[in-house]
Amino acid sequence: MSSFTLDGHDVPFTEGQSVLQAALAAGHPIPHLCAHPEFKAHGSCRVCTVKVNGRMVASCTLPAAAGLAVESETQELKELRQGLVQLLFVEGNHFCPSCEKSGECKLQAVGYALDVRTPHFPQLFPDRPVDASHPDLILDFNRCILCELCVRASAEVDGRHAFALSGRGLTKHLIVNAESGLLKDTSVAVTDTAVTVCPVGVILKKGKGFAVPIGQRTYDKAAFGFEGKKP
Amino acid sequence: MTPAALHALLEKHRHDPTRLVQILREAQDVAGWISPPLITEVAGHLGVPRARVEGVAGFYSFFATQPRGEYRVLFSDDITDRFHGSERLRLDLCSQLGVEPGKLRADGRVSVGVTSCTGLCEQGPALLVNEHAIPRLDDARIAQVAELIATRHPLREWPAELFVVDDSIELRGWLLGASVAPGEALGHALALSPDAFLEQLAKSKLRGRGGAGFSTADKWRSAKQAPGPTRFVVCNADEGEPGTFKDRVLLRRQLDLVLDGMTACAWTIGAQRGFVYLRGEYRFLEAPIEAALAARRKAKLLGRDVLGHRGFDFDVELHLGAGAYVCGEESALLESLEGRRGIPRNRPPYPVTNGYLHQPTVVNNVETFASVALIALHGGDAFAAVGTPKSSGTRVHSVSGDCAKPGLYELPMGATVRALLDACGAVEPQAVQVGGPSGVLLSPREFDRRLCFEDVPSAGAFVVFGPERDLLDVVVNYAHFFAHESCGFCTPCRVGTTLLERSLDAIDAGRGTRRDVKEALRLSRMLRDSSHCGLGHTACNPFLSLYEKFKPTLERRLSSLDFVPTFDVDEALAAAREVTGRDDVKAHLEDV
Ligand SMILES: Cc1cc2nc3c(=O)[nH]c(=O)nc-3n(C[C@H](O)[C@H](O)[C@H](O)COP(=O)(O)O)c2cc1C
Ligand code: SF4
Ligand code: SF4
Repeated sequence: MSSFTLDGHDVPFTEGQSVLQAALAAGHPIPHLCAHPEFKAHGSCRVCTVKVNGRMVASCTLPAAAGLAVESETQELKELRQGLVQLLFVEGNHFCPSCEKSGECKLQAVGYALDVRTPHFPQLFPDRPVDASHPDLILDFNRCILCELCVRASAEVDGRHAFALSGRGLTKHLIVNAESGLLKDTSVAVTDTAVTVCPVGVILKKGKGFAVPIGQRTYDKAAFGFEGKKP
Repeated sequence: MTPAALHALLEKHRHDPTRLVQILREAQDVAGWISPPLITEVAGHLGVPRARVEGVAGFYSFFATQPRGEYRVLFSDDITDRFHGSERLRLDLCSQLGVEPGKLRADGRVSVGVTSCTGLCEQGPALLVNEHAIPRLDDARIAQVAELIATRHPLREWPAELFVVDDSIELRGWLLGASVAPGEALGHALALSPDAFLEQLAKSKLRGRGGAGFSTADKWRSAKQAPGPTRFVVCNADEGEPGTFKDRVLLRRQLDLVLDGMTACAWTIGAQRGFVYLRGEYRFLEAPIEAALAARRKAKLLGRDVLGHRGFDFDVELHLGAGAYVCGEESALLESLEGRRGIPRNRPPYPVTNGYLHQPTVVNNVETFASVALIALHGGDAFAAVGTPKSSGTRVHSVSGDCAKPGLYELPMGATVRALLDACGAVEPQAVQVGGPSGVLLSPREFDRRLCFEDVPSAGAFVVFGPERDLLDVVVNYAHFFAHESCGFCTPCRVGTTLLERSLDAIDAGRGTRRDVKEALRLSRMLRDSSHCGLGHTACNPFLSLYEKFKPTLERRLSSLDFVPTFDVDEALAAAREVTGRDDVKAHLEDV
């Protein structure tokens, strides 16, 4: 099996794997948000950026190749990743203490893993009304990090195309597939993969709030990258 | 829009979803804006998810998803337009029409806004009315436009002289000066085998004129060798870099050289179809290009058996963009050509193997294709003999800003900045922006540097700043440009360009401190290191150039206080005053 090095450790890979996939499989938790094992690499959050031959690249879209010398756990990259997570926090409206997703949220978990203590940048406080039209689901756009996982899941797995993105630049935003703009008028179902794939607290099931108490949630028990393992 | 009209429009485009951007453009022409029911109709007929159509309509700035009036006026907001008074003229037009800037007038008839550089920098200020360009604005022209709108004169009956765009050629070389018949260069290319022509191209050492300077022969060879049932040739005529307008003139004066170059590419790599992706701002070139394509089909320069070569079939389609600088990035351009949002793709794979419809595709700049035609005419060695060892041929520079003779200057590669400054009659310039906002700002110490890939590469823009200009204005204008044009795909550029813009705005407003400079530096590093495409990588260049080369200009504008709020505290309370219905002295904060 061929291998490359990650911070000096040998990482084996199979043909077609990305640097991120191979690193995760070998137990090296490079922080990431928009990447998901079931979906093609997206490359939008940039949190998985690594340094190869002096060049910064997103490890999710970088094909693993024999002999690469990849840097990941450096101060420089930590600061970059902290900054990116902070940009995501100030872009939306994230009030973790009152969010149902707290403890299950990847943005929060990656933030903790990277020692992000403050948003640092000025808050942008966007105006994003909540869509509670659907009988079983609620959409709180305030927390959307635009990772397109729901878009991809709805198109590729559920075959419904219930979600998409519109706008450009900072006005880019999630939309639903209905002329009314309301989730209730789409064909989305509460059992869809798109509903459960959201890494943050946008797509939530009604009536299920706090079913798992705070303190017993995934990231209450283990840090990002060590989910399901003993801390 | 009547169902019959929509039906005819969709028929014309063969109900082909790859033509979505064209369909929406033409539908908007008729309907005035792209309403939610129109989106539903279009999606239904094309058999694509409605949300996809809405996503495309929401991406391009020329698409109106809210009513914008019968007359949609957009002032070009390049820094050179501002130098020539575009701000005052815009406000004048607003007051003459009784419309608030950026808003639709109460009667729903007219709106006046701004748009990124329209590529008429040497004859600015300019505006677009319903995407039709009017250059050389002055008080008289503004009054005339106001009158035409006030009297609801239909746009097609406006005086033609308003829309006359000059070519402004100041210095001709063998490209701008060429006078050859359509197809002559192509004939020379087709006299050689595809491999032999590729050989000539390799000898010429031609490098792409669109920015990156990639070897054209290498690109064509990769596309030729890539497996695929079909191949494509794409001419990048998006020319969105502020300050660049050479492609506009090449497409008018030397269109047949460009099309000869594209056809020679098809011959070389084995392509059957080609596209010219023209920026929406250059709509005035649509009719002449369509006419030239028709003439070439008649003359057997396009179509079946081109120039009598059996089995060599090639045709070219024109596509118009709709206001998105990022669509000049080749993979975003391909997405747009396929009828989607213009988001740059992940690479690898590259367009040469997975381009249009994921088939091998060559994307080259307008000037690159025109240069290919010169190589066909004069041979690879003759081309390589001009310029410098690593930058062969000539370069067409778009010169604007503070100089006596703005316009196009064709010089051999490797000419010095000073030579061009002298040629255009610049007096005591304090700086030059080479290559547009994504390029570099040069100080007088650097005027002996050479314009070529070995030294200062350029996408063709050359903007001169005279001694009176405030370079911070320039950098602020460019920061707004990038924030407006970010496609929003990746985090650093989507959020970082806006935060950088705000830091610079604070400095510009006299509320900036050293902390803002530090923040801007941090954001710049993040943009450069982690953005997904060239737009984000270069969005920090204007600020970094200013910081590195003109520090006093920046520091003069910093407030000396240690802490200054980044926003106006009193203004921030306006909303609270409104809800509480208070406006007394105690409801205001001053001098905090
Ligand atoms: C944000 C961005 C905008 C670009 N705009 C243009 C453009 O307007 N015209 C152009 O020819 N190339 C543009 N490019 C470069 C293209 O991606 C591509 O490199 C070029 O079209 C290749 O042609 P060439 O090899 O002939 O230079 C742009 C690149 C980026 C990153
Ligand atoms: S709703 Fe969730 S899954 Fe969908 S784009 Fe936003 S953050 Fe990603
Ligand atoms: S760098 Fe900017 S323009 Fe390029 S992909 Fe990222 S957001 Fe889009």
